[in-house]
Amino acid sequence: MGDWPFLTLTTFLPLVGAAAIMAMRGDEEAVARNARNMALWTSLATFAISLFVWFLFDRSSADFQFVEKHDWFPEYNIAYHMGVDGISMMFVLLSTLLVPICILASWRSITSRVKEYMIAFLVLETMMVGMFCALDYVLFYVFFEGVLIPMFIIIGVWGSGTRRIYAAFKFFLFTLLGSVLMLLALIAMYLEAGTTDIPTLLATDFAPAMQTWLWLALFASFAVKVPMWPVHTWLPDAHVEAPTAGSVILAGVLLKMGGYGFLRFSIPMLPEATADFTPLVFALSVIAIIYTSLVALAQQDMKKLIAYSSVAHMGFVTMGMFTLTTQGIQGSIFQMLSHGIVSAALFLCVGVVYDRLHTREIARYGGLWNNMPRYAIVFMIFMLGSVGLPGTSGFVGEFLSLVGAFQVSTWVATLATIGIILGAAYMLYLYRAVIFGRLEKEDLKRLKDLSPREVAVFAPLVALVFWMGIYPMSFIGVMEASVDRLMAGYEMPVIEDTPPLEVPPLEAPPLETPPLETPAETGDASPTRSPGESAALEREGLGR
Amino acid sequence: MTGQMPAFAAAAPEILLAIAGMGLLLYGAFRGNGATREIAYLVIASYIAAAALVVFVVEVPTVTFSGLFVADGFGAFAKVLVLLGSALGLLISLDYIEREQMARFEYPVLFLFATLGMMVMISAGDLITLYLGLELQSLSLYVIAAFRRDMVRSAEAGLKYFVLGALSSGMLLYGASLVYGFTGTTSFAGLAATLSAEAPVSIGLVVGIVFVSAGLAFKVSAVPFHMWTPDVYEGAPTPVTAFFAVAPKIAAIALFIRVMVGPFGELVAQWQQIVFAVSILSMLLGALAAIWQTNIKRLMAYSSIGHIGYALIGLATGTEEGVRGILVYMAIYLAMNVGTFACILCMRVNGRMVEGIDDLRGLSRTNPMIALALAIFMFSMAGIPPLAGFFGKLYVFLAAINSGLYVLAVIGVLTSVIGAYYYLRIVKLMYFDDPVEGFDQPIDRGLSVVLAGTGLFTLFFFAFPPALVNRAAAAAATLFGG
Repeated sequence: MGDWPFLTLTTFLPLVGAAAIMAMRGDEEAVARNARNMALWTSLATFAISLFVWFLFDRSSADFQFVEKHDWFPEYNIAYHMGVDGISMMFVLLSTLLVPICILASWRSITSRVKEYMIAFLVLETMMVGMFCALDYVLFYVFFEGVLIPMFIIIGVWGSGTRRIYAAFKFFLFTLLGSVLMLLALIAMYLEAGTTDIPTLLATDFAPAMQTWLWLALFASFAVKVPMWPVHTWLPDAHVEAPTAGSVILAGVLLKMGGYGFLRFSIPMLPEATADFTPLVFALSVIAIIYTSLVALAQQDMKKLIAYSSVAHMGFVTMGMFTLTTQGIQGSIFQMLSHGIVSAALFLCVGVVYDRLHTREIARYGGLWNNMPRYAIVFMIFMLGSVGLPGTSGFVGEFLSLVGAFQVSTWVATLATIGIILGAAYMLYLYRAVIFGRLEKEDLKRLKDLSPREVAVFAPLVALVFWMGIYPMSFIGVMEASVDRLMAGYEMPVIEDTPPLEVPPLEAPPLETPPLETPAETGDASPTRSPGESAALEREGLGR
Repeated sequence: MTGQMPAFAAAAPEILLAIAGMGLLLYGAFRGNGATREIAYLVIASYIAAAALVVFVVEVPTVTFSGLFVADGFGAFAKVLVLLGSALGLLISLDYIEREQMARFEYPVLFLFATLGMMVMISAGDLITLYLGLELQSLSLYVIAAFRRDMVRSAEAGLKYFVLGALSSGMLLYGASLVYGFTGTTSFAGLAATLSAEAPVSIGLVVGIVFVSAGLAFKVSAVPFHMWTPDVYEGAPTPVTAFFAVAPKIAAIALFIRVMVGPFGELVAQWQQIVFAVSILSMLLGALAAIWQTNIKRLMAYSSIGHIGYALIGLATGTEEGVRGILVYMAIYLAMNVGTFACILCMRVNGRMVEGIDDLRGLSRTNPMIALALAIFMFSMAGIPPLAGFFGKLYVFLAAINSGLYVLAVIGVLTSVIGAYYYLRIVKLMYFDDPVEGFDQPIDRGLSVVLAGTGLFTLFFFAFPPALVNRAAAAAATLFGG
């Protein structure tokens, strides 16, 4: 069973489903019903297959697993090469988990052109999963950009607002501009290494002068995807205009593609340039964290508020990643996964009331706890997850990122911590305005609480938020070996070139201090903590 | 070679086409316009036979007719593309010309002669052959452009094409005479030998090369010699435009490659700057000018100018890789363009052709299959993977970066983002906007076959690229191997 092509199955099964839906004929009503069912079952089957990957994955190994390699352009050393390591595997699962949830969430809200909608989502799933599995740069690029087509259509056709066309174009052209520069870097790397095989490229040393240009080209692509300030402006537009499920995928998976790109390409392949540009990334991350949090405070549109909060949270991701410490990188990966669940769920929460009232204006709501208690609880859980309350998934990622940041620069960490406070401020403001207060408006009184279908949509996400928050080792354990190897490849150049970075040695002495209460305090005391311990500390801290 | 019979076999495809052309002209004269469809099928059959001859008979590179004619792998690749483009162009015309009362038997025969001219161009081994092929092609095309005599725009297109085309032929001829004057030979092989021996390059020769390049740039409609393209594209009957956009472009670019790489191969430093500038200008104009177009045929004209700009990147490198990139690009360009024009030919409302971009509004509801196909072509032209257009660009940029032409590569990708805007605009009209009146159903059978074929090729090219790329690589190698 171990040598089944699980990754190919996971990647292309949705495409088969899409083809089946495309072949459906008949009257519109029946086709819509069949398309919904077909899409749901296909995506559930895909998720089931991806669970095999999760269970059969060898956590002790940092190597790529489930590797498949077939000729594609044999003359040019470009192959169909798939495989996952501890970093990419969880993103595959995140994608396969969110797609059925999206389809279920669109069950009633999408009424026009259901067939095309479901096809677009399944094609999107193929592209996303394929991108995380690809071990060949050209293959990666094909999937990376292929995502744009279905997403463009989803925003433009099923988007809600009047500016949906503007948003769809902005999304497409912004990300395309970044991607094409990466294409040039890809070609340059290919000519240097003679192959686009990612494991081989990981072992290739690029000349320092070349690294700088390559890094900048890759940065253009990934920074737009993440998105980092100041190229984040497409995100609020795209989020506001996209249908609920589109926002969910956008926040849940598409933003992670940028972070994943940094982890897979920029950091391990271009270590020297990465070290040089770290201050730039820190500066942009801190600006993103503080500035977009302030912008979020001023929003009157629920989706826009959450969109800006996404930019801030992704600021933590880029900051943690470029600390180049084990904790920082683990934290950034964890933060991406957590953000994938939490922000996706928050958009679903907005979708719930939007489906009922067709407005996202915060001022139009208030007092929903009276007649929607279940909704209030679900919303609260995700709101707190976004704030980063200990016990929820959001805490672990932010905590580890800050631990990493403190080892490198106290200023960066301190400023980022301010962002956490602002984050609490805008999320609590949103929650108060929507859920608490008196139920005065007539139309709000008629709103019904979550239906069983909506409960089914939220239940797995709620469970995950707590699982990741209470026992993060299930996830950190998966990525640990891969992150260690990423770091091991890193030690030498970074320590040689930039001693002030103070990267902790991997064989750190055991730390005796008891777990501390707040992330800010812990960070100071832990310049030499190994990944397992920090996670263990965390568990103790949360257990109390 | 002198004193013997020339090796006729090397020119068998051209000879076949020439005989078929004369035979069909006579046949048409006897049978009249009623036999147009029959003659068209016979023309397509002779295309197929010629292509088979190109592929199977011409194995060894041969220089024949006293060095006037070259048959090699490079030429064979380009000829197959030209024959394919011509056959598809004729196939999608058939129903159109009958419906629009322009079904005269000369139409397919002129196609045949134009194609013959293109094949002679591709095989040119001498400046004289070059001019001969070029004129045979051009004169046939002038007539086809003006084939709807009763329509002012068609006549205008033909006349404009003729005047400007004659001007460019003149420039080319003038350049050729300068080259002859300064080197004493017109044969490509002789030029290559003379130029490699001659250390300092005389200024007169450079002027000659500039004029030859200008003439050729006109034929591929590269900026700044593109002025005729939008007007001719718009004015000519749509299937003729489809033909113009594909076969002559491929032939001209193949000729451009052969002239620059062959006889003037030693003077890369001289002509590289010209191609460099022409390529950048074409990409920029193709991307920017198309944004404001409202007529889909004009839009396609600017789009093709942009595409030629990308192809010329490959020529600017002057390397085997670059030529391979161009050949791959032109093959993919052929599929995308024929497909797009097949979609444009479907744009008929109440029996009348429409050409406005706005007429595509809501096409995804009224005619989902055409909308899907056109969307595939548009995304492919924008160069979005996994569609074929992406791979075309990939090979060209690969060659550019390998030769250190970073400026070209960067400008190329940036203009492709700008260009993506207007391709996306068409997708937006079809998918995001509310429908207007749908197009007439059902669409012609020939059109649906061509649409399906080119659409599937564009969509699934990624699954088996070596089939095309390796052939292009082998073809490019024959050009440099000798």
